[in-house]
Amino acid sequence: MSEGHAATMAAPTWQGGGSPVAVGHKKLGMWLFIVSDSLTFSALLLTYSYVRVANDWPTPFHFFPSIVFSTIMTLVLLTSSLTMVYAVSAAHHGARRKAVKWIWATAFFGTAFVVLHGYEWMHLMVDEGMYPWANEYGTPLFGGTFFLITGLHMFHVITGVAYLGIVALGYRRGKWLPEDVEVAGLYWHFVDLVWMFVFPLIYLLSTSVE
Amino acid sequence: MTEVQPSKEVAEYTEVHRHPEPKSFLWKYIFSVDHKVIGIQYLLLAVVAVFVGMALSLLVRLRLVCPECSYPLLGQFFPVGAPEGVMTPEFYLAMLTMHGTVMVFMVLTTAPQGGFGNYFLPIQIGAADMAFPRLNMLSFWTTFVSFLLLMAAFVVEGGAPMSGWTGYPPLSALPEATLPGIGQDLWLASIAVFCIASLLGALNFIVTTLDLRAKGLTMMRMPLTCWTWFVTAILGLLAFGVLLAAGVLLLMDRNVGTSFFVPAGLVVSDKVIDHSGGSPILWQHLFWFFGHPEVYIAILPGMGVTSHVLSTFARKTVFGYRAMVYAIAAIGGLGFVVWGHHMFVSGMSPYSAFVFSVLTMCIGVPSAIKTFNWIGTMWGGKIRFTSPMLFSIGFVSLFVSGGLSGIFLGQPTIDLYFHDTYFVVAHFHLIMGVAAIFGMFAGLTFWFPKMFGKMMNEPLNKIHFWITFIGVYAIFGPMHYLGMLPHPRRYAEITSVDYLGATGAAELHMFITVAAVLTVLAQFIFLYNFVKSIFAGKECREENPWEATTLEWAIPSPPPHDNFAGKVPHVYRGAYDFALRGAKRDFAMQCNDDKAVYGEPAPQTSGD
Repeated sequence: MSEGHAATMAAPTWQGGGSPVAVGHKKLGMWLFIVSDSLTFSALLLTYSYVRVANDWPTPFHFFPSIVFSTIMTLVLLTSSLTMVYAVSAAHHGARRKAVKWIWATAFFGTAFVVLHGYEWMHLMVDEGMYPWANEYGTPLFGGTFFLITGLHMFHVITGVAYLGIVALGYRRGKWLPEDVEVAGLYWHFVDLVWMFVFPLIYLLSTSVE
Repeated sequence: MTEVQPSKEVAEYTEVHRHPEPKSFLWKYIFSVDHKVIGIQYLLLAVVAVFVGMALSLLVRLRLVCPECSYPLLGQFFPVGAPEGVMTPEFYLAMLTMHGTVMVFMVLTTAPQGGFGNYFLPIQIGAADMAFPRLNMLSFWTTFVSFLLLMAAFVVEGGAPMSGWTGYPPLSALPEATLPGIGQDLWLASIAVFCIASLLGALNFIVTTLDLRAKGLTMMRMPLTCWTWFVTAILGLLAFGVLLAAGVLLLMDRNVGTSFFVPAGLVVSDKVIDHSGGSPILWQHLFWFFGHPEVYIAILPGMGVTSHVLSTFARKTVFGYRAMVYAIAAIGGLGFVVWGHHMFVSGMSPYSAFVFSVLTMCIGVPSAIKTFNWIGTMWGGKIRFTSPMLFSIGFVSLFVSGGLSGIFLGQPTIDLYFHDTYFVVAHFHLIMGVAAIFGMFAGLTFWFPKMFGKMMNEPLNKIHFWITFIGVYAIFGPMHYLGMLPHPRRYAEITSVDYLGATGAAELHMFITVAAVLTVLAQFIFLYNFVKSIFAGKECREENPWEATTLEWAIPSPPPHDNFAGKVPHVYRGAYDFALRGAKRDFAMQCNDDKAVYGEPAPQTSGD
């Protein structure tokens, strides 16, 4: 009962007896999950905008180290998206070993992102005295929104790394199909895309223009 | 039923969703991946929850008519909330909160969609199972965990939360404002877990409806039940993600020390609290962005069942099928842009109140389309007054009654007066609570022979219907009057409110409470009938006792593990082909081709 077997899929049809959108169940399911998850993130980003407008918002981040560091994190995450593209492409060309390698590379960059992010969190908490409940810059919600939104994103990255690991192992053993690699890729790109909203909103907009 | 040789492609495609029948008890009944077992699990959960919810509402009613009465048994269970059996005002609020939460989440959301939807959506579209059977199992068990978390709130120190089912901050956000304890945290955790379960379930429903329809079953041939489950799933997918975010924020406010929903300068117990920067209105926006679609999540499947049952027992096709589909979609779509009508008195801008008001009025259009089409469906039909038919007619009645008061509440100027009064309580109970429950009764009595292969006792069902129908009007009708006094909701007692004492509010409360007790007692008639019929009901091995048209009536009762026993059904016509001229019978099942319906030669081709 492997669901979403691309090979057994009927031609796209609204007449019944097949998928009207010409993708496997798993892929359609992942797209729907992404819709739902993006609403969760939207709710948080709207909350951020709401409290930001309602309060005297501090802009304590500086070009160095905050922006430089977060830019490196962004590049690491974007690189992981690139390796994921190679993984999906290799899987579709039937290059199993190559695809698995690229998946591991993606997981590696994902892990690197988490490590860098964790380091940054430690720095902010220990050196800057910034916590979810208080900070020295101004309204306590600055720390609250920062840790909540980046934290939820980090949770998604960690989940994604675990997911990639499972897919890599399953795909190598032939239990999972190229389609499954692509579905994992969808999730991974989505998590990257969320970061492309978080980065400007949370980091760049919190930088004082000197 | 008529069969076709499936193409190799279709056969393989269907094969994907078949799974071998499990033998052991654990895998067959507990961790089953069979959508039918999961559907019944959801239904059982809802039955347990609905009796919990009813018991809570009785406590609420008893506290209202006699604040100082002592119930020793209650005192033993809740020594803090009801010392020596006398309920404290805090206990009243806690029971109120839990009543709302249990009913909205564990009954109105689980039973129509998770219960009936799970059981009958795959069968009605001719599928072997849901698109993701294991995810389906996961959804149920996650819901179950959520239920346990909610129930745990009763027994922890400090007891259940008392901020209402809407969990409004600052009361819900400040532990220091209520009795110390983790009741509210458990409540929030329960809601968050429920969100995850629901959105996984919703995703499953959408994929199933789109991808697994049998050959020939176009979207516009689907039974209206499937349409409502489909649209409900879309609502759930979009709404629960937002509630999840709101719940996480509120949990952080309570436990991490953030203040998303707490403004500066609040004074609690003569102390200025240490929060600043947040806004309780933000919670209201996030909550009602979920909360209003939630109302339709509860009621839409009831509408689907009603359309289905009315057509079947009026022996007429659904009047304006396409209009019904568009109305379902319109109600779903509008449901996302009207959340502000819950917030007219929150301090929100009057200009946005105007916009929300106009959009709210717009919902009256598809609602009226549905109502007139239900009447049109019955008009001139050969109505068979079975118990599912009675409950469906009852649904229409309650929907109209509750809908009319909604038009009052949708106007900001009138809502200023009615907000937070019993008028609102009457409104939403009729339309969202009782109407949805009547939809479930209609579904349960209608599908009972299919699910269990037995018939329910019809006379008992009818007695139950009439007591319940009159009972709910006796409960919620007078509440409109209370609301006009205006009698505020959520007050634990009114003995010291002078203007209410002079207007007969106390007497009305007594009347309502008596009606509520009788109505609750009547539910035991149904419970008795339900349980007895499962074990000792009249056998019904007939496939199609109601002479209905949809696919579930083309398979044995109860359905085998593999719904269509390895065959691939083919659909030839729309879902409501009744009152056919020149046909052998007055109806045609969806899987009958013209030859089977009219005999040879076919005198006409049937359009859909």
